[in-house]
Amino acid sequence: MLAYTFDNTLDGLLTAVFDAFALHQAPDALIAEGDILPMFCTDVHRVRTAEDKARRVWAGLEKRLSREALRMITVAWLSEDRELPTPLLHYICKVFRQPEGAPGIERNFSDPDVLSVTNTARRVMHEKHRMMQFVRFQKTKDGTYLGVVSPDHNVLPLVVHHFRDRFGDQPWLLYDARRRYGFYYDRQEVVRITFEDEDALPFDLQTGRLSSDVISQDDQLFQDLWRTYFKAICIRQRMNPRKQLNDMPRRYWKYMTEMQ
Amino acid sequence: MLTEKTIEKLRILAESAKYDVSCSSSGTVRKGKQGMVGNTVGGVGICHSFADDGRCISLLKVMLTNYCMYDCAYCINRRSNDIPRATLSVSELEEIVMEFYRRNYIEGLFLSSGVVRTPDYTMERLTAIVRDLRTIHRFNGYIHLKSIPGASRELLNEAGRWADRMSVNIEIPREESLKLLAPEKDHQSVFQPMRLIQQGVLENKEDRRRMHHAPRFVPAGQSTQMIVGATAESDRDILGMSSALYRQPTMRRVYYSGYVSVNTYDPRLPVLKQPPLVRENRLYQADWLMRFYHFRVDEIVDEQHANLDLEVDPKLAWALRHPEAFPVDINTAEYESILRVPGIGVKSAMLIVNSRRFNRITSYHLKKMGVVMKKAKYFITCHELTDGYANPIVGINELHPERLRPLLVSASQRKKAAAELQMTLDFDEPPTDNL
Repeated sequence: MLAYTFDNTLDGLLTAVFDAFALHQAPDALIAEGDILPMFCTDVHRVRTAEDKARRVWAGLEKRLSREALRMITVAWLSEDRELPTPLLHYICKVFRQPEGAPGIERNFSDPDVLSVTNTARRVMHEKHRMMQFVRFQKTKDGTYLGVVSPDHNVLPLVVHHFRDRFGDQPWLLYDARRRYGFYYDRQEVVRITFEDEDALPFDLQTGRLSSDVISQDDQLFQDLWRTYFKAICIRQRMNPRKQLNDMPRRYWKYMTEMQ
Repeated sequence: MLTEKTIEKLRILAESAKYDVSCSSSGTVRKGKQGMVGNTVGGVGICHSFADDGRCISLLKVMLTNYCMYDCAYCINRRSNDIPRATLSVSELEEIVMEFYRRNYIEGLFLSSGVVRTPDYTMERLTAIVRDLRTIHRFNGYIHLKSIPGASRELLNEAGRWADRMSVNIEIPREESLKLLAPEKDHQSVFQPMRLIQQGVLENKEDRRRMHHAPRFVPAGQSTQMIVGATAESDRDILGMSSALYRQPTMRRVYYSGYVSVNTYDPRLPVLKQPPLVRENRLYQADWLMRFYHFRVDEIVDEQHANLDLEVDPKLAWALRHPEAFPVDINTAEYESILRVPGIGVKSAMLIVNSRRFNRITSYHLKKMGVVMKKAKYFITCHELTDGYANPIVGINELHPERLRPLLVSASQRKKAAAELQMTLDFDEPPTDNL
């Protein structure tokens, strides 16, 4: 059995595709460096990420795949799923091995690799949607709106566009507490930010709450209003906590105003 | 400035509004605009939260006031009810909407109101709020406005310029039942505003063809709701009404609201311990079959089957009544026939027709694609002899529907259905008797 190892970047994965063709090999697995190798692994090739190789592979993909299929690959990559690299590598290799003019393999969902990558992308898009649903902003004294999240997949880059379009006239900061970075919008453009000194954060990483000296005066009132509304809108004769959990899993609750 | 009092008012008015089940914020895509707050996304819409009853919270669903001059038996806000009453001031409501929206609590506003003084007076106040939100607060998010039956055409036309969706609730599908429960209303008072809204939308379409920049009129169309279980209507009456409504070009959604006994003292209404949730669920499933699965209403319910089967979903019920339509060959059948297989949804049907051009689809692939094989295996062939190592596949035609049915109904489903039937038998005094 032949395994490739790589540095767990998308460029690294594309380089692995390049190597597989250059070396005339068909690797059985693609593993991030430091991860446990599969059993019965006899051969290991270490992929050295090279940007020019990656770019060539990507250019080839652009010629062979539709825009949606390309987007699906980048979206699936944001899943940060440990299980993704192997099927993704196989999928991309199959794309290149396809004879010219054959119907695009991207729609062959009976192929386990295509299906696996598609399903991963679908999971990421699902969580992207959940960010649009469940982000809760608090307002600071200077008028910036802060929303803290910790999604399973790295979905913030996918939702920035939505929040920019929707809240174009208010400055906001979306912060991923798990990956320790965020996007800040100053009513002009969105920039990616990280905090140098995490002890001086203006909010609590665990609860996402703004500290009392920076939160705006009336924010507490609106939070109370929202909690009151949330309780009042429920019809007690129809209690259905299972459906609630299904649609709004508990892992999102900790940053949500009405569930705190 | 908002105070503690506002919190109490919002609580009262949300409690009054919550029996209106419409919630969606879909139907129109509008990008953000310079100098305005908000956009609408279309597609499946965004639900921002889910209450303890499992229903989604997308729009701020609230009444301007819960004072009402009508006395409809099924309504919590009827004038003879002794409940706390409140009225939000225009500025209070507008501030709540804007502040909630900016914190991403809501997708927009769903505003309705009890009728005070005259329909026109009420409608005018609702219209004023929506206009203020758009022009003063520069709100570009979703607005669903309840149209007040009996309001004038001019007011509806004004309101439709600012709202995304408008709705009038039918509530009771048969007019004689409606007259019994709400003597001050008739179907005309519901269909009249519906027609006006539709006319407005169609005229607006014409206008926009000529002048591209004409403002849009109710771009997300209309919706309506019917109460289930308060009167003696069969599911055939209800679904027949829905199907007729969906033939109108602007009707986007019909909602079904399992009757919650809010006015237990009224002898015209049944006393239900629990709202008929299973029946409501079956109605939604039937609604989905009409909208996404190419079913006609007379295939779902007919004279012999005027009510939906509570134990099995309507698609499976249809399949059990029509063994001649099966088995469906997954590899050659048309998309429409594949859609009719119990256990295969729109998503997996699409995956199947896309993938079968490459190679033959087997039951292994179907399982991987998310098909519920436990159900589907009796209704399909994919040129395999067995579904396991030793069991030959036995389809609906070999087993016969009456022997297949018990295999597909779980004990818990049977129990739930029985419990709901039991309740109607015990407590339901036929309300149409005194007609």
